[in-house]
Amino acid sequence: MIELQDVHKRLGGRQILDGLTLSVPQGMTFVLMGPSGTGKSVTLKHIIGILRPDSGSVQVDGQEVPRMDRAQLMALRKRMGYLFQNGALINWLSVAANVALPLQEHSKLGKGEVDDRVHEVLRLVGMDHAAKQMPPDISGGMKLRAGLARALVTNPEYVLYDEPNAGLDPIISQQIHELIVEVRDRLGVTSLIVTHSRACAVHCGDRIGVLEHGRIAVQGTVAEMTHSDHPLARAFLGGGAD
Amino acid sequence: MNLLATIGASLSARVDRAGYVLNLLVRAVGYLPRLGRRWRFLLDTAFNAGVRSLPVTMVVAAFAGAILAMQTGIELRRFGDTAVLGTITALSMCREMGPFITAVILAATVGSSIAAELGTMQVSDEIAALEVMSVDPVDYLVLPRVVAMAIMCPTLTVLSNLVGIYGGSVIAEHNLGVSSSLYWLSAREALTSSATLLPKEVYVGLLKAVVFGIAIATVSCAAGLRASGGALGVGLAVQAAVRNSVILIIVLGFIVTWFFYFLAG
Ligand SMILES: Nc1ncnc2c1ncn2[C@@H]1O[C@H](COP(=O)(O)OP(=O)(O)OP(=O)(O)O)[C@@H](O)[C@H]1O
Ligand SMILES: [Mg+2]
Repeated sequence: MIELQDVHKRLGGRQILDGLTLSVPQGMTFVLMGPSGTGKSVTLKHIIGILRPDSGSVQVDGQEVPRMDRAQLMALRKRMGYLFQNGALINWLSVAANVALPLQEHSKLGKGEVDDRVHEVLRLVGMDHAAKQMPPDISGGMKLRAGLARALVTNPEYVLYDEPNAGLDPIISQQIHELIVEVRDRLGVTSLIVTHSRACAVHCGDRIGVLEHGRIAVQGTVAEMTHSDHPLARAFLGGGAD
Repeated sequence: MNLLATIGASLSARVDRAGYVLNLLVRAVGYLPRLGRRWRFLLDTAFNAGVRSLPVTMVVAAFAGAILAMQTGIELRRFGDTAVLGTITALSMCREMGPFITAVILAATVGSSIAAELGTMQVSDEIAALEVMSVDPVDYLVLPRVVAMAIMCPTLTVLSNLVGIYGGSVIAEHNLGVSSSLYWLSAREALTSSATLLPKEVYVGLLKAVVFGIAIATVSCAAGLRASGGALGVGLAVQAAVRNSVILIIVLGFIVTWFFYFLAG
């Protein structure tokens, strides 16, 4: 269970989050939409403890994230996968080495087991063929998929996806949506997805919320939201949206 | 009042930055026992740093030695005492000039590239990604760079010293009428005849080089890690890294010399 209560955060002299409240029940997928620059990525960074709120509460499994010490944060992060916007791959490591990184630094797996696991996840995101390539040499969509593999490689209980299908063609997009749903159904993962894509929201989400002016302006189930008259819901999920 | 507030704010920002750099160094040292896992990366970093800055450092060192010989030679000539030129050039090269120019070149080449690299990682969320994977950037990125520079700076300094002394010998022979054999004899004597294993000038100079290497790496890592705001922020980080490194090189160089020659005798 992920729970944010009345979170406020100022960044670069602007009030980015202004009373944000949202909750993701165990095993559910919450889709967060909203205009560019409204603080969607900032919200995700609060949940994994990279940013701390000025006020308000951020809880995972009833534990207050901003009050965690280093060891507790590490323990939380081991249970959480995070797909960064654009992948955030380490530039001088190959795709496979990037995906192996979370396993090498902390698990007691041997080299063979790590390799097997890395290739298994790379296959899931359709990147097995590019395992040896370096991040500067691959396309944006490929970086994103490698980042996705890195987020999933540790079999996390929670996954935060920041724009999992940005810049992907419709066929690969569809595969990624199916992967997200499969991860939820098979492993019972609780997740939060930030996306601009109606297809992704409708396909992957249990609930959808739209962020505006630092708080959730409207939220509901997928059915409620696709039929809502709220202008933001119509802008992001109506017939004209894609 | 307003002016005071501005000065106060700028001062507190500076103290805050200095605190960040010191904290970074202390945390990096805390990971020293686990350095073994990073040895490959460390060797790569050290090798790259050395190779990249070697040619420039050598050219500058040769000229620095030549300048040193000219400066002292002009004065010595007035007293007709140019025989000690080799001694003076060798000792001041080892104590001051060698470490100083090597460090300045390293700040401009390696320091700037460290800041650019870590700054780019910061603004593209790669540092955050490391933290999310519970990989401490201080352990993974800062420590190997600090150790690599602590090794590379004195190593290059030894070469700079030799090349600098050679640069001085050219001036000595061609412009000051000191025979090359006399120059080298007095230089060698100054650098070998000593009660301790190494003469004071040499070990103080090498200690300085180690301190400079650590300072450049730490300051440059700190500048990169604190970058924000896209490519512009990375540019500012590089600028801060080089500027702060050069300031520290001069101040720390003064402190070390003062400590060994005036405070501790
Ligand atoms: N570390 C930071 N320092 C200062 N300002 C920041 C920082 N991080 C984010 N911001 C600002 O906060 C605002 C929200 O950023 P955020 O990345 O969360 O937007 P977003 O909703 O994810 O937008 P997009 O859809 O474009 O990704 C932006 O205006 C950004 O400039
Ligand atoms: Mg974003």
